[in-house]
Amino acid sequence: MTTATNKEELFIVKEQDVVPLRNRVKEYGVKIGMSILNQTKLITATSELVRNLLKYGGGGRVIIESVTNGRDLGVRVIFIDKGPGIKDINLAMQDGYSTGKSLGLGLPGTKRLVNEFDIQTELGNGTTVTIIKWKNG
Amino acid sequence: MERIPILKMGDFLLVTIQVDLYDQLAENLESDLINTINKHNSKGVLIDISAVSIIDSFMGRILGNIAVMSKIMDAQTVVVGMQPAVAITLVELGLSLNGVISALNVEKGMDLLRAKMYNGDKEEQTYDDSNQ
Ligand SMILES: Nc1ncnc2c1ncn2[C@@H]1O[C@H](COP(=O)(O)OP(=O)(O)OP(=O)(O)O)[C@@H](O)[C@H]1O
Ligand SMILES: [Mg+2]
Repeated sequence: MTTATNKEELFIVKEQDVVPLRNRVKEYGVKIGMSILNQTKLITATSELVRNLLKYGGGGRVIIESVTNGRDLGVRVIFIDKGPGIKDINLAMQDGYSTGKSLGLGLPGTKRLVNEFDIQTELGNGTTVTIIKWKNG
Repeated sequence: MERIPILKMGDFLLVTIQVDLYDQLAENLESDLINTINKHNSKGVLIDISAVSIIDSFMGRILGNIAVMSKIMDAQTVVVGMQPAVAITLVELGLSLNGVISALNVEKGMDLLRAKMYNGDKEEQTYDDSNQ
């Protein structure tokens, strides 16, 4: 079971909120002694997901947590928006699928960068994406 | 609005990115560079990203755009100093920086740009550390 030992919440409504969020997530990684490579993967994943939250979800909130599963320490980041939701989640998780004339790398690429990835979405009700990067993952 | 300075050095432009990029900053850099290449008829652009600790798909795409746009304007772009963790992360994310030439450091990047200038007539060439 994964339990949180420390958490905070940030509200993301504009692009300028992204840099402080990335910095906070990095601090959580540094605090548990995460390697530079894993920190970079975690922050890059965060950057992708927060862009989706702003671009498609119209902003929202992000929860950052220190977590443990008894064997390893990690950082969990939860992205919550109350936007339109995603119609076809299987499609959205495919490389190259984008409704925003973009590369369609954000969701599938993020999944490759982290150890745990969960996405919950409901049309008209928003999207919640949860990622965990373990220190030794 | 915050902007990344562009330094003119003869025929080349030098950009040293000292801060982590966010979307607007990257977009400004793209348009500023294109304007500056045009203004000075520059032949090469060197972008030092050794201080950049994260590049995601958006910023990666901007680097690609800069390379393509400068090429159209007859200037070569070389990106130098990408941190290993950033390079590995980009590959895993699925972004290949097609068309972006990279070098280890500013010195090697300059050598590359000069070589490109003096071989200006010849079409596509590949450069490595061995002197051709
Ligand atoms: N929070 C969200 N709310 C609503 N739709 C979303 C959300 N996140 C992603 N989507 C949908 O899923 C698609 C795929 O997202 P993904 O991040 O993989 O690609 P993209 O954002 O279109 O392109 P890229 O991230 O490469 O710039 C998006 O085009 C969008 O339609
Ligand atoms: Mg995206």
